[in-house]
Amino acid sequence: MAIVYQKSKGLTDVELHYCPGCTHGIVHKLVAETLEELDVLGNTIGVAPVGCSVFAYKYFNCDMHEAAHGRAPAVATGIKRVLPEHIVFTYQGDGDLAAIGTAEIVHAAMRGEKFTTIFINNAIYGMTGGQMAPTTLVGQRATTAPLGRDREHYGSPIRMSEMLATIDGAAYIERVTVTTPANIIKAKRAIKKAFQLQIAGKGFTMIEVLSTCPTNWGLTPVEALEWLNNNMVPAFPLGVFRDITAEEAK
Amino acid sequence: MASGKVTFRQERCKGCSLCVSVCPAKIIFLDESTTNIKGYHPATVTEMDRCIGCANCARICPDSIITVERN
Amino acid sequence: MAKELWKGNEAIAEAAIRAGCRCYFGYPITPQSEIPEYMSLHMPKVGGIFLQSESEVAAINMVYGASGAGARVMTSSSSPGISLKQEGISYICSAELPAVIVNVMRGGPGLGTIQPSQGDYFQATRGGGHGDYRVIVFAPANIQEVVDLMQDSFELADKYRMPVMMIMDGMIGQMMEPVEWKKPPVNPEDLPAKPWATTGTKGIHEPKAIHSLFIDPNESNDHNMRLDAKYQRIMADEQRYETSETEDAELIFVAFGTPARLARAAARLLEEEGIKAGVFRPITIWPYPYDALYQAAAQDSVKAVVTVEMNTGQMIDDVRIAVRGCKPVSFVGQAGGRVPTPQEVVAAAKSALGR
Repeated sequence: MAIVYQKSKGLTDVELHYCPGCTHGIVHKLVAETLEELDVLGNTIGVAPVGCSVFAYKYFNCDMHEAAHGRAPAVATGIKRVLPEHIVFTYQGDGDLAAIGTAEIVHAAMRGEKFTTIFINNAIYGMTGGQMAPTTLVGQRATTAPLGRDREHYGSPIRMSEMLATIDGAAYIERVTVTTPANIIKAKRAIKKAFQLQIAGKGFTMIEVLSTCPTNWGLTPVEALEWLNNNMVPAFPLGVFRDITAEEAK
Repeated sequence: MASGKVTFRQERCKGCSLCVSVCPAKIIFLDESTTNIKGYHPATVTEMDRCIGCANCARICPDSIITVERN
Repeated sequence: MAKELWKGNEAIAEAAIRAGCRCYFGYPITPQSEIPEYMSLHMPKVGGIFLQSESEVAAINMVYGASGAGARVMTSSSSPGISLKQEGISYICSAELPAVIVNVMRGGPGLGTIQPSQGDYFQATRGGGHGDYRVIVFAPANIQEVVDLMQDSFELADKYRMPVMMIMDGMIGQMMEPVEWKKPPVNPEDLPAKPWATTGTKGIHEPKAIHSLFIDPNESNDHNMRLDAKYQRIMADEQRYETSETEDAELIFVAFGTPARLARAAARLLEEEGIKAGVFRPITIWPYPYDALYQAAAQDSVKAVVTVEMNTGQMIDDVRIAVRGCKPVSFVGQAGGRVPTPQEVVAAAKSALGR
């Protein structure tokens, strides 16, 4: 018998602290597998955020730098400018990237910073206990929106991929999800392409991954995947929003 | 039909059932006869001869505790 | 070597490049904008990195990243911008990374004014951001001293793996003075290796992580105690000060930066009236030279100690700690952008002496 799937060497042996069924773990291994397959683990510096994935610096089998809340793109900018031949990525949630760190991600994209951002959108603040995020759906309940997000009061969820795709410095922007094995394979392909374009020096790359938060959504992990498919995908359509290689091919 | 074999690192299983939900052969279940050190009923397979080695379970496992082999 | 006429802000930037700094991140703000302007022109000539960031918050976090990657890096700003950097400075202190931060102070609070001030003394010497930490703070009083202290700033930052701040009022940034480049330029390639930097495992060593999270209270406590032990070593070893005519003085002025020059002018005016006044000038305002100031103030000849500041009285707290009540301590100063005159300082000195 031959091994067809095993834990990536891109992950350390530290146990993940995430809740049962949290899709952070799936995305972690897609990034880890990509770095392993591209044979760049020894040449990579990852930037961990503040949020549920704050401990990412313990999980990836490469050098890591933990940033302040929202500042990962600025920290990554500092690293990549000093070490332009290295692979640099940030791993950020929706509170980190789409709320407190909006300025940093927008301007990193504007400058065409040559790092890759993995953006976890689960429509809620996980670590602090289920508060409303900028990506929370209208009507979705959160601990700071107990009756559901009210459009009159808070507006509608922000679509970061669409927004960042309008910026010239962005080389590749795609939104994926990890709700099925087929979607996981597609997500992996997107993440790999983003890293490949970073290596090719094309510009800023970001993969948004629609993810679950079973604990704060109040659902089982399997129910959470269904809820994501039924509610988040219509609000955050999957697809490629910017692909500089397709534009260059024209 | 290819035959496969799955191995679970059961002490790290959190019993989330994502693997159970994607197994086409429907052979994975949470073993309620035992509890691991974390307090969960870990995922397991008893009818291994029905495993096709598709790796769906391993691919979706957030905790990377599943290894899949195939002939 | 011949003296050259330099503007303060440009001299700061040139001194940093000569000190081996090859990485600058900053944001425009008066009265320090000549620093990023100079860096934007001259950093590329030495193969360095200049980047104008979207905010001071981003700039200090770029410093955080670049320092972690092993670069000799700096940022600069003025008071409101330094407030924005405090979050990042706290992280850099906890993660124990070297950096140099220049604050060309302007009047506050709030948007304040663009005129010179020393209103950020508390912020600079008490940490400034959240948590238990300190940064080494140099307070030069002229452009030559700025230039001379720049290399020391980078070296101490590397030695103790922590930020070193250089603070001066806007006057020093904006004026021109003769400068002599006394030290040979530093080649960054000759600097000692930084084994703690995150530059990739190369597949050889275990992954390194730069972080400031210690979620276990025991680990967090140990981390804080270890940092404090470092700060205690610095307090013992790195105090710097200068005295001028303090021996057998009747009155001692205590002042840092530009007001020390005003105090010397006032001391000369007092001498004409037969009053012997000396000036004690801390060069490091953290660590503060408490013992040296106590010894100066405790002399039998000394009847009063007067602090001269361009704020409403901040360093006076440290002066009182140093003097330990052995002599009366009083304050003269102007805040929010107005500079005290030597005559005002003389009047305050006479008042302190009961004349």
